[in-house]
Amino acid sequence: MELINKNEIGKKLSGRLLLNKSMKYIFLLCTLVGLVVLATLLIDTIIDGWSYLTTDFFTNFSSSRPENAGIKGALIGTLWLMATTAPIAIILSVGTALYLEEYAPKNKITDFIKINISNLAGVPSVVFGLLGLTLFVRMAGLGNSVLAAALTMSLMILPVIVVASQEAIRSVPSSIREASIGMGATKWQTITRVILPASLPGIITGIILSLSRAIGETAPLVVIGIPTILLFTPTGVFDTFSALPMQIFSWVKMPNPEFQSITAAAILVLLFILFLMNSVAIYIRNKYSKRF
Amino acid sequence: MNDYNIREMIDNKKGRRSTMFIEKMVPIILLVITSVSVLTTIGILVTLLSETVMFFTRVSPIEFLTSTEWSAFSSDPEWGIFALIMGTLKITVIAVAFAVPIGLGAAIYLSEYASDRVRRIIKPILEILAGIPTVVYGFFALTFVTPLIRGIWPEVNLFNAISPGLVVGVMIIPMIASLSEDAMSSVPNSMREGALGLGSTRLETVFKVVLPAAVSGIMASIVLAVSRAIGETMIVSIAAGSTPNASLNIMESLQTMTGFIVQVASGDATYGSDVYFSLYAVGMTLFVFTLLMNVIAQWFSRKFREEY
Repeated sequence: MELINKNEIGKKLSGRLLLNKSMKYIFLLCTLVGLVVLATLLIDTIIDGWSYLTTDFFTNFSSSRPENAGIKGALIGTLWLMATTAPIAIILSVGTALYLEEYAPKNKITDFIKINISNLAGVPSVVFGLLGLTLFVRMAGLGNSVLAAALTMSLMILPVIVVASQEAIRSVPSSIREASIGMGATKWQTITRVILPASLPGIITGIILSLSRAIGETAPLVVIGIPTILLFTPTGVFDTFSALPMQIFSWVKMPNPEFQSITAAAILVLLFILFLMNSVAIYIRNKYSKRF
Repeated sequence: MNDYNIREMIDNKKGRRSTMFIEKMVPIILLVITSVSVLTTIGILVTLLSETVMFFTRVSPIEFLTSTEWSAFSSDPEWGIFALIMGTLKITVIAVAFAVPIGLGAAIYLSEYASDRVRRIIKPILEILAGIPTVVYGFFALTFVTPLIRGIWPEVNLFNAISPGLVVGVMIIPMIASLSEDAMSSVPNSMREGALGLGSTRLETVFKVVLPAAVSGIMASIVLAVSRAIGETMIVSIAAGSTPNASLNIMESLQTMTGFIVQVASGDATYGSDVYFSLYAVGMTLFVFTLLMNVIAQWFSRKFREEY
């Protein structure tokens, strides 16, 4: 008697191989869904909005008449928001990452801080908006100013930058660290002169990527109560402002079909900014990241 | 020449007060900075809780939990959170039903079939998809997906659950795909080789070895995606409408918890009114839901880490 029945196996084998082959293509199709949607979204938006990208579109303020509407206020507001959010977020999250990686003792409190940060990453942005509304807009009396929005955004992106920075700091090998300490450098000197320079590309990439998330974030701004039609640009962080995603959100709701086209045009501008930021991040990651 | 020796130089440097002061101060300053993240959590909890308590002094918690109608803006308002939860559930179920098979399929392809070159092209595209602002997805849902669905199926309303549900699904596909791919890639190759060596096809290896081995990592990715879908705000406020109802009909307008918060915040709810405080009661419910999901996801991924 043979140990295996060759006929039996042979009969089944062709079916199994066919299933294997066809499922491979189904899995490939699944992978392509994302690609197809991305392409459709881009093409649809470009068809809608391309012809509206004129110089007037960049130099006009928002208007209730679509032919006069532009994104000057929103664009400059977004730049103000980013310029204010970046330093606050960087100090908070790089400081936190340094503490957790370099100074924190291994105990329950440190574990709690770490769990807390990963939970914070899962809090919906609209809830951060509620926090900002209560804490910064009302209690601190900042109103719907650039600063109130920037503080809210900073807290929102904090967990992402902390995790990215922690990874970057952790990837600096301990041999370099020990060499620095061995040469007589103090801990802080080692951090500022050895560890931070070595982990900077990773940290900067994390910062740019989370800022690009903050730039398109709309929900917290809506909750804070950022105005959508504003006929001036802010001159300081205590001024009120509008932002690109807010502008898009208010135009989407307009019934006039021409507004659909200028919404698409504004989206193209937003996507272009995001594309630019992501390219810079990828460039920095590839060019400066050292492998130890 | 001065007769300095190295010992003296080191002592000299060490003795410098400013250096020692900095060394002592830095950990304290960094600890203060770190405490901001904890304070944020406390801030969220305190804000939501205190205003929710205010809300419940005006509206009975029993009505909040048992009524099935939510009509915050009518002259005789009803406050049944269930209507908003149903809205969120409808969107989440459609999104997850769409995204899980596709996201897992993509993860299997990337981890088990794709060559390195293909993976290097596709992963950045998934990253781009994950980075598209949700307000843009909302525009896409309203101006492209909804007309498409209404073309095929004319009885669907302009605002419905299907279109935003599918688009939220698209939004969470990259998350499921990349986290599940990570989980599958960390299954040791020896297990795969064992199955292939015993005569399994690649597909059988995937379903009988790799997926069971990576299951807790995959579950974590799905639960995280569910949490994202529950908290998603802009897509639903743009494309799902603003009529809360507890029905199971996915063809008509609805409102989610996040959608309600945006509607109130972008209109003018007078500070101190019932509607104003309801904002926080809804926010609290939303927070509890997403926190629960995140805790479950963490439990799954801890389990996964223990396995390997």
